[in-house]
Amino acid sequence: MSDHHKETFVTKYIFSQDHKMISKQYLITGIIMGVIGVFMSMLFRLQIAWPERSFSLIEAFLGQHQDGGVMTPDIYLALVTIHGTIMVFFVLTAGLSGTFSNMLIPLQIGARDMASGFLNMVSYWLFFLSSVIMVISLFVEAGPASSGWTIYPPLSALPQAIPGSGAGMTLWLVSMAIFIASSLLGALNYIVTVLNLRTVGMKMTRLPLSIWAFFVTAIIGVVSFPVLLSAALLLIFDRSFGTSFFLSDIFIDGSVLHYQGGSPVLFEHLFWFLGHPEVYIVILPAMGIVSEVMAVNSRKPIFGYRAMIGSIIAIAFLSTIVWGHHMFITGMNPFLGSVFTFTTLLIAIPSAVKAFNWVTTLWKGNLQMNPAMLYSIGFVSTFVTGGVTGLVMGDSALDINIHDTYFIVAHFHLVMGVSAIFGMFAGVYHWFPKMYGRLMNKTLGYWHFWITIITAYGVFFPMHFVGLAGLPRRYYMNTAFPYFDDLQDINVVMTIFALIGGSAQLIFLGNFFWSIYKGKKSGPNPWKATTLEWTTPVEATHGNWPGELPVVHRWAYDYSKPGSDVDFIPQTTPLAEGEEPS
Amino acid sequence: MLALIYILIAVLIASTFWQLTNVFNLKKEIATEEDNDQQGKLMFAFMIFFYALMIFCFWKYSAVLLPEAASVEGEQYDTLYNVTMILILFVQAIMQVLIFYFSYKYRGVKGRKAVFYADSHKLEMIWTITPTVVLAGLIIYGLSVWIDITDTSDLENPLIVEVYAKQFSWEARYAGDDNALGRGNVRYIKGINTMGVDMTDLNSLDDIPVRELHLPKGRPVIFKLRSQDVLHSAYMPHFRAQMNCVPGMVTQMAFTPSMTTEEMRLNEKIVAKVANINNIRAEKGEDPYQFDYLLLCNKICGASHYNMQMKIIVQEEADFNKWLATKETMAEVVKK
Ligand code: HEM
Ligand SMILES: [Cu+2]
Ligand SMILES: [Cu+2]
Repeated sequence: MSDHHKETFVTKYIFSQDHKMISKQYLITGIIMGVIGVFMSMLFRLQIAWPERSFSLIEAFLGQHQDGGVMTPDIYLALVTIHGTIMVFFVLTAGLSGTFSNMLIPLQIGARDMASGFLNMVSYWLFFLSSVIMVISLFVEAGPASSGWTIYPPLSALPQAIPGSGAGMTLWLVSMAIFIASSLLGALNYIVTVLNLRTVGMKMTRLPLSIWAFFVTAIIGVVSFPVLLSAALLLIFDRSFGTSFFLSDIFIDGSVLHYQGGSPVLFEHLFWFLGHPEVYIVILPAMGIVSEVMAVNSRKPIFGYRAMIGSIIAIAFLSTIVWGHHMFITGMNPFLGSVFTFTTLLIAIPSAVKAFNWVTTLWKGNLQMNPAMLYSIGFVSTFVTGGVTGLVMGDSALDINIHDTYFIVAHFHLVMGVSAIFGMFAGVYHWFPKMYGRLMNKTLGYWHFWITIITAYGVFFPMHFVGLAGLPRRYYMNTAFPYFDDLQDINVVMTIFALIGGSAQLIFLGNFFWSIYKGKKSGPNPWKATTLEWTTPVEATHGNWPGELPVVHRWAYDYSKPGSDVDFIPQTTPLAEGEEPS
Repeated sequence: MLALIYILIAVLIASTFWQLTNVFNLKKEIATEEDNDQQGKLMFAFMIFFYALMIFCFWKYSAVLLPEAASVEGEQYDTLYNVTMILILFVQAIMQVLIFYFSYKYRGVKGRKAVFYADSHKLEMIWTITPTVVLAGLIIYGLSVWIDITDTSDLENPLIVEVYAKQFSWEARYAGDDNALGRGNVRYIKGINTMGVDMTDLNSLDDIPVRELHLPKGRPVIFKLRSQDVLHSAYMPHFRAQMNCVPGMVTQMAFTPSMTTEEMRLNEKIVAKVANINNIRAEKGEDPYQFDYLLLCNKICGASHYNMQMKIIVQEEADFNKWLATKETMAEVVKK
């Protein structure tokens, strides 16, 4: 493969089969989707804070879905739905995993490319297609899908129930079906590549934690995404061909529908069989990235390498048997609820182990405060803040009263939304030189980090209180119940933080695109890291290494090893005489 | 307010570009010793900010939280909740100090070597086993509460009430003298029989349909929940009770009200909360508000999901019985 065939513009930049180019394509697409998703959240936060106020912003963007600058309830729900869908799937699944698995798997295991460059390319273009369809769905006359990112039927099945369940929902389902196909192709490729294409000496027990995380993430994806696909297909049947998988006994618009015998609860099972693993599909790659960035910048081995691998595997395994914790109050048998409480709270153990290990990695390090490092530290903080409240909702008894309130919204944004985004930022700042041969501006990185973490906590910490006050989520406004009138102040505070935090992402965008062309040129190994990706030339080539593939002699974490006078020993350096392998 | 934000955004963008176009900026883009020092100190400052934020929220926003539970089961819930919260806050308080303090303390210094500390079997055991033990306790305690709350077989002389959801309102039906609800299905919906009660079922005749939910204090209530169109969720936060309403299926929940509406209105927390709410309302020129228990819809169900209201009134049992006696039965309603 290293012998070069002639590249045209099209094969190099568009239908590229090179994993590094595909990685960048994923990243840019993810960023564009992220801008849309975050912008939507800013719009609906305006509505929550100032429900009856007219905004020119809303007037300008929402067309027929607003009246004099005030959005309609339907479009509010649509914005929330598409925001959730885009953030979870398009930004934090494809954008995060797609970017970094593609970039790092071949480079960190010492392979020339993915196992199948062609399938990898197909995977990206399917993702692109699904993104386009999702964006097109925003312009459907009756509005895009609006039954929440969880698309529970019957609401998602009946256009009579909400207008977004017409053409908007159809496009949502088509888009997601294509997305799932993309994700499966990607995941299979990652798995095969990690298993088969490791270079000489790269034993599984020498893989950087990032690769372990991507590898296990891909496995969870392969196990769970098909189930969502089947749920989506059955839903399409119910919607279009009159079957009754999820529907039964429905009276709407003055008449009884023919559906009989189906159950929405079945859909919930199928959805969450993916939906819960999905949050780990989102967070595990971020964990891998953070482990890597933290070790490099602490100039210390990651603490408890084997325990970290063990906990990734434990989390992955447990993540497939906890989905019922989203369904404690759906009428599911209470005994089954007990089982899910048990498995769910067990996940706290490997998660706690990871958090302790990161903290211990910082301990007595020599921390290099690069922007990527700041984001990694921020990740641990938000992951813990969001994670501890998992003990409340994972406990079936306590979930009764906070289920579907803003407490949940606060919890999952911190533990998976903000954390995973932090992991993604850490990855971008850290591997930007590998992608573009240049460094991002440091000062802007600092500003970006501090504004982002302050505003993230400013939005999502007070949000717990709104939820504990009993306010349900997905409410167009909460002034319909005077009981909630005293929450308005808090909502205004949160919205202001959200507007500032969202806008601060412009700093990142400016820095990112500027640095692609004008950033300071990077050396081959700017962060002095041990892993293989930094042994390739700065000017990326097809095939990654110009000559022979590197040979690996040690694990990825020989930082500040006693007895060595340099503070890092690349994985390609043979053990010195008398040196103990770590 | 918004203008201020626009200005802020403009400043952000401007400074971004100023920084980027600063061609004389020959600084390295990799953290220097000064950066490590500065950012490490900022980590410490952030720790203080974060603690201040948390303390501020608890101090300022505790007033909006739900008052003590108004049901017997809710009291158990509250105890479990408090135990869990204390545990969580304890862990959170310690972990955040460690994260940010270490980030400050070990900020990079040139020439210092990090300690090569890759593993410790002992530490790993400690922080696997400690959470395991704590969680085991929490799981056992939590499940015992869960089983207590969901098990309705031990309730004595429960009142049976159907709560019926539809886009976008609630109805309810008491089981009547026989304390058994008649069958219901959407296929029986006709005219005034809006809940689709099967009138050929003898149990239906004495059922009592209502639009306002009254509950007797001290008597267990079993709710049977139905929906006629999409998913809804009957959420009664003051009683720590919630259950989804699923079309095609009857779900159930139960609790024993322990405080009448009147009593709750005199609850210290509610008095303060209502006073605060009324101040806010007065400023906006809105009518004063009086506390009532809430029934909220808590599963996205369409445009007016945010506004599915039904009043809940808890009374002494004698008052409740008097009220119920004034209501017509299904047989009477349908005959008309
Ligand atoms: C500027 C940053 C963000 C803000 C201000 C924000 C705000 C919100 C709010 C207030 C809701 C709840 C609305 C409701 O239930 O009525 C929401 C929903 C949601 N958000 Fe975000 N969010 C942000 C970023 C993210 C990120 C990074 C993720 C990634 C996981 C995310 C994922 C979701 C999901 C999955 C939902 C649920 C959608 C649904 O209810 O169907 N958000 N967001
Ligand atoms: Cu889950
Ligand atoms: Cu509803």
